[in-house]
Amino acid sequence: MTEPGRKPTGASEATPARDPAAAEAKPEPLPDRELKVIGTPFRRVDGWAKVTGSTRFADDLSFPRQCYIKLVRSTVPHARLLSVDASAALAMPGVLAVLTGKDLPVTFGILPVSQDEHPLALDIVRHVGDPIAAVAAVSEDLAHEAALAVRVEYDLLPTIATVEEAIATPEPQIHSYADDGNLHKLLSMEFGDVEAGFAEAERIFEDTFFYDGNTHLPLEQHATVALPEDDGRVTVWSSTQTPHYLHRALTKVLGISASRIRVVATPNGGGFGGKSDPFGHEIVCAAMALRLGRPAKISLTREEVFYCHRGRHPVLMRMKTGVRKDGTLTAQTLQTTLDGGAYGSYGVASTYYTGALQTVTYRLPRYKFESIRAFTNKPACGPKRGHGTPQPRFGFEVQLDKIAVALGQNPADLRLRMVEEPNTVTANWLKLGTIALARCIEAVVAGSGYRERWGKLPPGRGLGLACGSYLCGAGLPIYWNHMPQSGVTLHVDRGGGVAVFCGETEIGQGSDSVLAAVVAEVLGLELADLRLQVADTAFTPVDLGSYSSRVTLMMGHAARDAAEKVRAVVAHAVARQLGLPESQLVFSGRRVFDAADPAKGLSWEDAVIVTEARAGTLAAAGSYTPPRSPGKYRGAGVGPSPTYSYSAAVVEVEVDSATGIWKPLHVWLAHDIGRSINPALVMGQVEGSVYMGLGEAMMEESAFRRLPKARSGALVHKFPSLLEYKSLTFEEMPPVTTYLIEEPDPAGPFGAKEVGQGPLLPMPPACANAIYDAVGVRVDQVPIHPHMVLKALEAQRKGKPARFGPDAFPEIDFGFTLKVPTPWEGGDGKATNEAEFKLATGRKSKDGTMAERDEALKTGSVEALTTKLQGKKGG
Amino acid sequence: MLRLPKFRLHQPATLAEAAKILSAEGEAARLVAGGTDLWPNLKRRHQKAGEIVSLSRVAGLSTIHADGDLGDLRLGAMATLTAIERHRAVRERFPALASAVGWISSPVLRNMGTIGGNVCLDTRCTYYNQNEEWRQSISYCMKAEGKICWVAPSSPRCWAVASADSAPMLVALGARVTLVSTDGEREIPIAALYRDDGMAYLTKQRDEIVTGIVVPGTSDAAHCRTAFFKLRRRGSIDFGVLSVAVALWMDGELVRDARVVLGSIASLPSSADEVAQALIGQKLAPETIAVAASLARSAATPMDNTDLDPRWRGQVTPVYVERTLREAAGLPVT
Repeated sequence: MTEPGRKPTGASEATPARDPAAAEAKPEPLPDRELKVIGTPFRRVDGWAKVTGSTRFADDLSFPRQCYIKLVRSTVPHARLLSVDASAALAMPGVLAVLTGKDLPVTFGILPVSQDEHPLALDIVRHVGDPIAAVAAVSEDLAHEAALAVRVEYDLLPTIATVEEAIATPEPQIHSYADDGNLHKLLSMEFGDVEAGFAEAERIFEDTFFYDGNTHLPLEQHATVALPEDDGRVTVWSSTQTPHYLHRALTKVLGISASRIRVVATPNGGGFGGKSDPFGHEIVCAAMALRLGRPAKISLTREEVFYCHRGRHPVLMRMKTGVRKDGTLTAQTLQTTLDGGAYGSYGVASTYYTGALQTVTYRLPRYKFESIRAFTNKPACGPKRGHGTPQPRFGFEVQLDKIAVALGQNPADLRLRMVEEPNTVTANWLKLGTIALARCIEAVVAGSGYRERWGKLPPGRGLGLACGSYLCGAGLPIYWNHMPQSGVTLHVDRGGGVAVFCGETEIGQGSDSVLAAVVAEVLGLELADLRLQVADTAFTPVDLGSYSSRVTLMMGHAARDAAEKVRAVVAHAVARQLGLPESQLVFSGRRVFDAADPAKGLSWEDAVIVTEARAGTLAAAGSYTPPRSPGKYRGAGVGPSPTYSYSAAVVEVEVDSATGIWKPLHVWLAHDIGRSINPALVMGQVEGSVYMGLGEAMMEESAFRRLPKARSGALVHKFPSLLEYKSLTFEEMPPVTTYLIEEPDPAGPFGAKEVGQGPLLPMPPACANAIYDAVGVRVDQVPIHPHMVLKALEAQRKGKPARFGPDAFPEIDFGFTLKVPTPWEGGDGKATNEAEFKLATGRKSKDGTMAERDEALKTGSVEALTTKLQGKKGG
Repeated sequence: MLRLPKFRLHQPATLAEAAKILSAEGEAARLVAGGTDLWPNLKRRHQKAGEIVSLSRVAGLSTIHADGDLGDLRLGAMATLTAIERHRAVRERFPALASAVGWISSPVLRNMGTIGGNVCLDTRCTYYNQNEEWRQSISYCMKAEGKICWVAPSSPRCWAVASADSAPMLVALGARVTLVSTDGEREIPIAALYRDDGMAYLTKQRDEIVTGIVVPGTSDAAHCRTAFFKLRRRGSIDFGVLSVAVALWMDGELVRDARVVLGSIASLPSSADEVAQALIGQKLAPETIAVAASLARSAATPMDNTDLDPRWRGQVTPVYVERTLREAAGLPVT
């Protein structure tokens, strides 16, 4: 662990029990110039199976005597359940069982602080589509018919459709654990003296923005298969991004020990955050298999996927920014409201994320952030690619464009002047790593001719620039613990084959290929020498899952750790065999040989035989724990990451001023990748992010229908279908020019950073800025529908403000403000008024401060710790 | 996945047999041609049928006769949209029809979909084209099992939208449609096939089979300037939110007769007669076209039951009418 400039990772701190001899025997890591696999475009290891159709997704699995499950879902948005009558369904020949909420009364949820879901509604339904009962039958057709025959009686409760309605309607509460009425989460935090910052400003800009909700739209609809086994055990195959968290939820709700449950995440046909929560249907499937003693399967329809949702939160933002005449920032206040839907999901984290990353791109000396998340009677929002950050990023980057125009500056130069310095600790105590944002901006500016062409294109044509940044893995796990966040074990067989075991989950992003590349690189092998066993809670070490762009960095470190341990043992044995010093051995081209005399050496196969003969069975485990964050205040847990990726984009658009229809003509996107493990995959992720970001900018929206209140309380998803929920087709996808900016970050494996999410962030604001350049109107919300552009153009023609967007921000009491001095004010990462906060809010430690967390882990008994792990509101 | 309900499939070999089954089975029976409309509707349970009569084995229904010099174009009802779109003589003689057919859905659906099926396409509405459970949660709508039209709750009628892309063009071209039942055969102008009612949107009897469509030779490109435009969110797949079909019969430089038909904006293909009247007897000058097109605003009263903002759809109707007229006139289109 002595790579030059490399900060020691937390891995060794977290696992002090390792064999010290093994650590000492570890050779120096490979210098970069010798990399053979890393950095070379190679065919993804699961590619062949994917394109020939031999990949087995969850719905491809089936077993003899398998039964099929169909869920009965609520047809009302909010009601008390009076009765569930399944007698007609049970009377149908071939119907095997019906489960209701009473059969599975234990709550679950992804966050320990939001254990608010039942697999099947126990007493309350909270949105149209909330599961109520599960019908198992010998065929899927029959299960469907039987589900339609289940009669449900409801006692209707008032429907809460929007954040404004949630503020105005504290009773009845959708969940009693909310911070206040139907406001799930309230927060207010100030980093430095913001008023002093505004006093220093020469211009102050205030804007209100809205970013509508949208959904992930993975091609694969969620499916789960459960197989009961002997001794009351069960195996669950599921399309999930987080098998470990599903394993925990199953353990909790089924009430059987974790060792009896095996969860296997099947290859996901896309996830994008939509399969990161444990879902009721997964638990129901396992419960049904155990109940009936036969395999059970559930495959959701597209409509049901829209009901699972967990998509982008609709966010209304008020942003006030103070600047000097040259555009440098003096202070910002940001207020956000999140429409959370009916359950907690990741919502508490999402709420923090709508403010946490405002500080990581440009130097922002003082910052105040306030937010609420409201419960509404709609499917729960959660994490979607960019998790909570694309919304404020949209506002920030559009506002910067307005600032540049107002100050008569080129928007690229405005940004270049204030790009944050590498390795800074920000106003809100995030420790940054390398920052190649300026190089990203220069790349897209040069590629698009932005400096020469911006502001000078003919009417109807425009260029827009925007930037973004994202985590390379959340610094903290979802439940409090000090264990590694990723683990990899390797086992080398006598033929030289290497079996690689890791809990990581392939969701199409290419994590299997990254895993293979890292191991092959360290051991000097070819990808075909490896066999991967992934995402299996019984056979692979835990990796927390495919979320927060954490896999390449965290799994990459763990894989490198494991592979270097194997390498050390082999080197030790081979060195003795050949009579050479270990440090002189090279692992490359499937050989272990003398650096001074390459002809002198062993084939990998022979090296393995020599090693096993000398040292015994050849296996090793590696792991990774992220470094601690300097932030110690309540809420400091959301935002820290080992390092951050950066992106810049320029979009060229064409706007039809007679109709408001606009389309992107070309996208230039530069991404600070640190180092590409596989440039082909990295470019694929960039293009996928561009695609998804354009979809959000142009058309994707989670629209709902509220029927006239006098006639109905109904609140339904407007079009839960692939036909009417609009996303881009090939026709709309413009050419994309991608620039990979390689500036290896010591915090990443071989210098690598994330790419799965970051490149989405600049897309929506770049589009809005390009529309302004084309026709001179501002649309301060997304998606930007043609009627919005046309309306703004009409206002422009009438001499009114040429803008379409939200005008009002609701009156909100965000509650007590935590005050956290910044590093340059001499702060220590803690709030100065934590005690007053507790007194004022009566909130002890629902989500806890970092200091409390560390304290609990240091001094708490196992029992206290377990309570924390299970969540205070659980059960 | 969504599952098809159980039904009995009839595959008669002759039209007479098909007509007999339809007549005998009454309300329970439905015809299927390409199935691209009916199968999804059955899966979502907003159309129901215990007896399905397929025309796939009836011989001679998929022919395309377009060759006779200035003769009529005869399309068998089972001719696929792809076959029509790619048919050389259709493209040369009735280019706007080939274009309209080519705008329908996506290539794979056009391979299955037929012209007979498209002219009979069920009207659509975002309150209606939803699955059983969704419609249950709004207590259904009057087009299927409910009492209210949620698009206009105080209205006595259903406002579902006719969005077949071939229909407005065929109406503009003055096509006729052949209907066969156990009572015999009749031919009516295709405009008379449609009714301004989202529920009973076809005038044909339930047991009548559309067997063919005839486009008169007088609408050949040699006599008639035509153009078609479809407005939709994306470049493929989507149903329209507005379509414009234009046919202008010329007498030298003057417009002798004109038809302008709007689609996807009402429960039937709706003729914008004021626009047509403003062109008849005139030269196709840009100003004349602009004035005529501006009259289209009153012909379009879109409701909130398709994609995109309804007010905006009305607002841009004259823009697209003007552009389509300019295209027909051979003027540059912005």
